[in-house]
Amino acid sequence: MQTEQTLSGKAVATQDVSVSSISLFFFRLKLWMKSPTPYLTLLGLSLFILTWWLTTEVWQLPRFEKLPGPVSVVKEWVSEDPAYGISIYTPEYYEHIWKSILRVLQAFGLATILGVPLGLFMGWKKTFKDYTFPVMEILRPIPMLAWVPLAILMFPEREMAIIYLTFLGSFFATTLNTLLGVESIDEAYFRAARCLGAKSRHIFFKVVVPGALPFIFTGLQISMGFSWFSLVAGEMLAGEFGLGYLIWNSFILVQYPVIVIAMVTLGVIGWSSSALIRFVGTLLMKWQSRGSSL
Amino acid sequence: MSAHEHISGNGGPLQGGEMQITAVSKSFGIGPLRQQVIENCSFTLERGKLTVLIGPSGCGKTTLINLLAGYEAPDSGTITVDGAPIKGPGKDRLVVFQETALFPWMTTLENVTYGPIVRGEKSKKEVEEEAMHLLRKVGLEDFRDKFPIQLSGGMQRRCELVRALINRPKIMMMDEPFRGLDAMTRELMQEYYVRLFEENHLTNLFITSELEEAIFLADRLVILTNRPASARTVIEIELPRPREFKLLATREYLHYKQQALEILHEEALKAFSSGCGATVADFLEAYSEVESK
Amino acid sequence: MTQKKPVYFMGINLRKLRKSIFSKTTYRGIVAVIATVILWELCARFEVPIIGMIPAPSSVFSSLVEQLQDPAYWECWVVSYDRVLSGFIIAQIIGIPLGLIMGLSRHLRDLSFPTLEILRPIPPLAWVPTAVIFWPTPEMSMIFVTFLGAFFTMVLNILGGVKNIDVRYIRSAQSLGSSGFDIFRRIVLPATLPSLFTGMTVGMGITWAVVVAAEMIASRSGLGFLTWKSYVAGDYPVIVIGMISIGIAGYLSSAVIRLLGDRLTPWRKII
Repeated sequence: MQTEQTLSGKAVATQDVSVSSISLFFFRLKLWMKSPTPYLTLLGLSLFILTWWLTTEVWQLPRFEKLPGPVSVVKEWVSEDPAYGISIYTPEYYEHIWKSILRVLQAFGLATILGVPLGLFMGWKKTFKDYTFPVMEILRPIPMLAWVPLAILMFPEREMAIIYLTFLGSFFATTLNTLLGVESIDEAYFRAARCLGAKSRHIFFKVVVPGALPFIFTGLQISMGFSWFSLVAGEMLAGEFGLGYLIWNSFILVQYPVIVIAMVTLGVIGWSSSALIRFVGTLLMKWQSRGSSL
Repeated sequence: MSAHEHISGNGGPLQGGEMQITAVSKSFGIGPLRQQVIENCSFTLERGKLTVLIGPSGCGKTTLINLLAGYEAPDSGTITVDGAPIKGPGKDRLVVFQETALFPWMTTLENVTYGPIVRGEKSKKEVEEEAMHLLRKVGLEDFRDKFPIQLSGGMQRRCELVRALINRPKIMMMDEPFRGLDAMTRELMQEYYVRLFEENHLTNLFITSELEEAIFLADRLVILTNRPASARTVIEIELPRPREFKLLATREYLHYKQQALEILHEEALKAFSSGCGATVADFLEAYSEVESK
Repeated sequence: MTQKKPVYFMGINLRKLRKSIFSKTTYRGIVAVIATVILWELCARFEVPIIGMIPAPSSVFSSLVEQLQDPAYWECWVVSYDRVLSGFIIAQIIGIPLGLIMGLSRHLRDLSFPTLEILRPIPPLAWVPTAVIFWPTPEMSMIFVTFLGAFFTMVLNILGGVKNIDVRYIRSAQSLGSSGFDIFRRIVLPATLPSLFTGMTVGMGITWAVVVAAEMIASRSGLGFLTWKSYVAGDYPVIVIGMISIGIAGYLSSAVIRLLGDRLTPWRKII
């Protein structure tokens, strides 16, 4: 009798949640719209743009007058016949974007493929860590951008040098965070797995990898930030295409609005790539959340 | 209440107050998010008595303590201390929180002296003397310059008790204070706490979800209903004081336990079949997202 | 086994120190580093593609002896440190109060957070040209870019620190009779201190990276420029010296912040 009672009770409860979750979402949205938050957000953004506009284009304050204002930037950006050759209608714009994304993808992919297994291994086998960690610790404090000249020297092609630089930025962040992740795993899990008769291979794939996953994704997010960071520097110094190069080149050619266009584009793409990793991370780590969030 | 009075445990000048909770209701959120947590709840904390509140988990005990401490205001109903309605948090009603809420960046002594020093009632020297006197009583005098992280769980709780007592509150409120301690420490702390109470007879409110602990400590046992919470039954526990652990084997004790168990079981069943557990937590979470300050 | 009593010297546990110095880990680490250097030398000698292009350790060492006697080399240190510290300190002066205000006032947070979030993903170096256009001197523009590198990290860390303060601390303090500024000074500030130092450590790392790149791109002095100049002039061993110097400089700065953090937040240490 009692089990029946509780079972039916549970069924009712779950139904309740699924029915209310959609209406709850809309209700929350309505509440949010009633709170001052969205309006303050809008006000804050408009204030920022207004200040930019007033200082550069309306009052033309000293020093500010040289900077491109929002109106000239937007005009250039959406113009079908842009004065400086870069707008949403010109293929060059997308070529620069594509080139930068491609470089980051290659470097980031390589860093992930090398860094994650390396970190996992370092955390798993103490002897391996003893031999590799000190070398990494010596190299790590050198900012990846200090590698620029050496990278250009080392690689016969500029393209490879830039990718190498971008790779370096990601690599250390990925490896060290993965290592931290493995070291954060509770020793009890290893013992439990061994007690249950798991072979090392099983322990590696069923305990080490999933246990380190949250840290790996934190590392990937940081490393994505670093790759864009070093990519820009690499492209500015040694590029022939790409958004960093576009910024530097427009500066030299005194095409100032294009600088801002490229900066904003960089910001948007950089932000989206981090968001993408966050999204994949939450998909892969469903077991981390309680699973009952509405 | 003069500044020079000494807090000595044995029937000294600590003055308990009487707290009256009348028809208190509290809900969170609005519209479909609205969750009635406490409804029409009335009971009294009698002067110098140890009242224990017990109820099914997630039934709103912590919310109740937040109302009594003045951190939140009730939607309706009144809460009075010695006849005067409460206005916000005050040093006459002090809370010992679940787990520890000692300030991690202050040493034991700094934590204990914090209250009197910020209120500027006495000189620092006087306050420190008083604090050391109390710390000595709970065996923490050698730990005066340690940070909370360096103390064991039981020491932290004792330190927290002293931090509250030095302010000479009228009412002490304990929000599941021994939760998270291991069984041995927990037993020691219960014994320790009950001794302290029997010495000073302050008005005490103790919240717990453990029945044995509740009956062992209580003068009066208030059983809460399932959410929305209200006081369902008050059981006067007339077991002799000082309380000893051997009490747990007596017939009177078992009688009280049986009586309380029946009521609690009924409430727990109600909570379970209404699917309370997780959904309530979700509602509260949703609420705190929307209305967090 | 009986535990021997620890022997202390200048606050350091000597027995522990000896144990960690003469451990297998240390030994393996030394072996690994020496092996790496030998491999590096061999690669350079035999002109292995790519890695072999890095100047050999022997040539780096002989050129290091020259550099260490050259006042121009030390000048680079001073210039770079000057830039890092200026940018970093300005970032603290503006970032810390801003982070605190945003953490304490919901309205101000709503007002300023989105703008910050829009500007943050733009890599600091992308600001170099704009900074050069805007600021009257190259020095100022470089300090501005350095400032940006540390600024966002500071603000976000402090904001997070304030938002994560356990509400029970504030409530306890209120009950005990504390209010207003006193809660700010005695509860909010110390509770935020650990995240402040986390922000400073991360910010210092970014600052060095930014300064080095900015010096390469837009300056004629400093350790970053030294490295770039050596590349242009074909004096390759000095590139490696420049890189190592930058590494040491960055490491020293972070170490100082860590030390300061440990000193100012002693309650985090478990003894």
